[in-house]
Amino acid sequence: MAKDVQQLDRVIIRFAGDSGDGMQLTGDRFTTETASFGNDLSTLPDFPAEIRAPAGTLPGVSAFQLHFADHDIMTPGDRPDVLVAMNPAALKANLRDLPRGADIIVNTDEFTKRNLAKVGYETNPLEDDSLHAYNVHSIGLTSMTVEALKGIAITKKEAERAKNMFALGLLSWLYNRPTEGTIKFLESKFARNAAIMKANITAFNAGWNFGETTEDFSVSYEVKPAALPAGNYRNMSGNLALAYGLVAASQQSGLPLFLGSYPITPASDVLHELSKHKRFGVRTFQAEDEIAAVGAALGAAYGGSLAVTSTSGPGLALKQETIGLGVSLELPLIVIDVQRAGPSTGMPTKTEQADLLQAMFGRNGEAPVPIVAPRSPADCFETALEAVRIATTYRVPVIILSDGYLANGSEPWRIPDVEDLPDLRVPFATEHNKTFEDGATAFWPYLRDPETLARPWAVPGTAGLEHRIGGIEKADGTGNISYDPANHDFMVRIRQAKVDGVAATIPPLEVDDPSGRARVLVLGWGSTYGPIGAACRIVRADGVDVAQAHLRHLNPFPSNLGEVLRGYDTVLVPEMNLGQLAMLVRAKFLVDAIGYNQVRGLPFSAEELASVIEEVAKR
Amino acid sequence: MSTHGADRPDTRAGRLGALDLVPKARDAQSAKDFKTDQEVRWCPGCGDYAILAAVQSFMPELGLARENIVFVSGIGCSSRFPYYMDTFGMHSIHGRAPAIATGLAASRPDLSVWVVTGDGDALSIGGNHLIHALRRNVNLKILLFNNRIYGLTKGQYSPTSELGKITKSTPMGSLDAPFNPVSLALGAEASFVARSIDSDRKHLTSVLRAAAEHRGTALVEIYQNCNIFNDNAFEALKDPETREDFTIRLEHGQPVRWGEQGQHAVVRAIDSSLKVVDSADVDPSEIVVHDAHAEDPSHAFDLSRLADQTLARTPIGVFRAVDRPVYDDLMRAQLEEAAQTQGAGNATDQLTGLLQGSDTWRVG
Ligand code: SF4
Repeated sequence: MAKDVQQLDRVIIRFAGDSGDGMQLTGDRFTTETASFGNDLSTLPDFPAEIRAPAGTLPGVSAFQLHFADHDIMTPGDRPDVLVAMNPAALKANLRDLPRGADIIVNTDEFTKRNLAKVGYETNPLEDDSLHAYNVHSIGLTSMTVEALKGIAITKKEAERAKNMFALGLLSWLYNRPTEGTIKFLESKFARNAAIMKANITAFNAGWNFGETTEDFSVSYEVKPAALPAGNYRNMSGNLALAYGLVAASQQSGLPLFLGSYPITPASDVLHELSKHKRFGVRTFQAEDEIAAVGAALGAAYGGSLAVTSTSGPGLALKQETIGLGVSLELPLIVIDVQRAGPSTGMPTKTEQADLLQAMFGRNGEAPVPIVAPRSPADCFETALEAVRIATTYRVPVIILSDGYLANGSEPWRIPDVEDLPDLRVPFATEHNKTFEDGATAFWPYLRDPETLARPWAVPGTAGLEHRIGGIEKADGTGNISYDPANHDFMVRIRQAKVDGVAATIPPLEVDDPSGRARVLVLGWGSTYGPIGAACRIVRADGVDVAQAHLRHLNPFPSNLGEVLRGYDTVLVPEMNLGQLAMLVRAKFLVDAIGYNQVRGLPFSAEELASVIEEVAKR
Repeated sequence: MSTHGADRPDTRAGRLGALDLVPKARDAQSAKDFKTDQEVRWCPGCGDYAILAAVQSFMPELGLARENIVFVSGIGCSSRFPYYMDTFGMHSIHGRAPAIATGLAASRPDLSVWVVTGDGDALSIGGNHLIHALRRNVNLKILLFNNRIYGLTKGQYSPTSELGKITKSTPMGSLDAPFNPVSLALGAEASFVARSIDSDRKHLTSVLRAAAEHRGTALVEIYQNCNIFNDNAFEALKDPETREDFTIRLEHGQPVRWGEQGQHAVVRAIDSSLKVVDSADVDPSEIVVHDAHAEDPSHAFDLSRLADQTLARTPIGVFRAVDRPVYDDLMRAQLEEAAQTQGAGNATDQLTGLLQGSDTWRVG
């Protein structure tokens, strides 16, 4: 008998298990099914830094959270409606996040005495009534998988490993997800091993069938597709979007892409991705260290490449001297910092946005660089294009501040039409630019464009433009070494003026204030966009007026920022740091901005933020 | 292309010559063409002047378009060098020139890229970049001016200063064991390693020529006198009284013999180490013949260990010149292969294909 289908408007699922249980893959597949079904979605992978922490322990728990809905959503969600816990550690590590009444699907096969003891359970929580506030579905995921795979010529271990596909099949049934994509995926992933392919597909189907027949689940659910703007969509993560944005920028600028990088979590995927695209003329160079990575990129920029270096906070610290050289040489360079929790090694796989001041001020001397920050995973694409526009137009290093949450999180991305991408072509210098009174001519490497203040980009191989540049202060115009006090003062100011001048080409800051009556403005930057937006919705639904504005450009700020800030009684700045943007706006605009700060390695919870905003609004 | 020594083998069919991809000058050049209008600011008497003059007068021999030559330097006295060469040039930051030049050379096969560095720049702060450039075999020529002292910062000991050396920062003598740059480079499996001296223009020029013609990373250590902070550091190799006894002039294919009358020689001892002997005491066939093209770097390494702290038995010339895959050539080949095997359609279609990916859905 077919079971009832119940309609839901949104669901939050968290898959949790041991690092070796394949939870990231399971989450990824469920996400892809959900995306192809047309829901809006947002994901949050959360995995340990250790590749394989000891099995069954709390530090070894790897989780993947997915929020999907029939309307547009902004975050991966605060509290899961459903937890899939593959072992006692996964249950213990995630239970505190569950609201009462949540569904918990547990793999009973892993709830052995030994495994329970490993995480400090004295009695089995499945038996001692401690989970009475939840709907617990106790299922022998491992044993049922092994049973279903009998007759396939694989080892018991291999059979057990397919239990994640059994779980995926069950969840796919429970939420009426399409299955063709996953079957196709498994066929191609295991194309070289027919037995393993068969095992995974069989386990997936067995999970689905189990849902249909078991009495444990009396209904299944459906979440209707969301009404997103028309277009072609795909699911997009932040690091992938950065890589694609750079390839697109290379194409749109006509400059060959060069990436110098050193492996570092959570930025390495940018290196991995770009190294796949050699057919686009992309050169990727895995350097001996962070310094060499940015050095090689700067060398390539000097040679006329679209040069990029990608890293995370500790790597940015190492690159700063070379970025300063880029400021002095006035060459375009893209520096990607996928921020993670610091200081020092900190928590490599956890997110934070505490490198803003490092990006602003982390170099010796007055060494200003433009800074841009994406607000969501898919927004990384446009942010990359914008960074390239600024770098090549103004001949300056530009820092992109992404973070671990954006890097690994994903959301639907409306695929742009290549024809609509901006034209990023910039000319190289080809001839002498200085004429003397006697009619003689010369090439002066530091003669500036009067509008942008950019110096010419004169690449080696251009006859007649031979010149020498360096990190020593140089005379304006000729570029010759100069220790002249007035010249140094002038050069320091003109480098600053050049960066300040970028503001003339960036759009004014938009404020979202639906009622037009808000007295409180919530100002954010980077990955807090989703949680702040979701929190504002909650607050407004409670009848409280609040305005939201989100900065993409952190240096320089949009020219109307001061005016926007002065238009509100209170400015609240939530940040995953101890108040870095708040410090900048207070210093620059003498605005008494209030910070709301958390550095827990996790994105803000929308509910928590909403209560903070309401409290501030009611003061 | 001319060769040094006897039978240099690395012009195998299909192999690129070092400068094959660099455009040639249209007109004949002279040393004057490579001089800039900048006033040279080394101390009077500094060995850097002689090296600059040697490079400027040797460059026209290569006949390369000046605009396709780039000098990249780090920080230190020697690193002022690019300002005095009328080519493209970058005076970068301390120790990083090999990294910067790697990015440039790897992305621009049409350039002849030279790195000018010193013992502190290359071996101390930039040691990591140096060994990795040598290991990768990027198409770069590295001129390491070794004066065994920090000159620009006014006289501290450097990583090539002798143990026990009294300097401003070591008033009771240096405690650091020095690097032998040639041994270090050979340990990093550099494909070309040579040594010369600032005062011997002819020898220096011949070594520069060999380096320029080598495809891959070439390291040339140049003993350079800092007459202000470490005067006469290499005097034993210059003084007519001592130099013949102290200097071993390596020639590929020639027996390793030196001294006024060739009275010193090296042979292989039973334990296969090199042993210095009186050449009269051995059969000439026992004398080690220098093979710069030996695949195994240990022969060159053994030679590099002959010198001691007093500079006695210092080999100069080309220790090693072997043909080995070049990083930037390999990188270019991968790009070409990817373009041929994966690239279909025009640029716009390709980018569209990339952005679309395989898992898409349509709304509206
Ligand atoms: S300090 Fe020494 S190395 Fe530097 S310029 Fe003077 S003599 Fe030459």
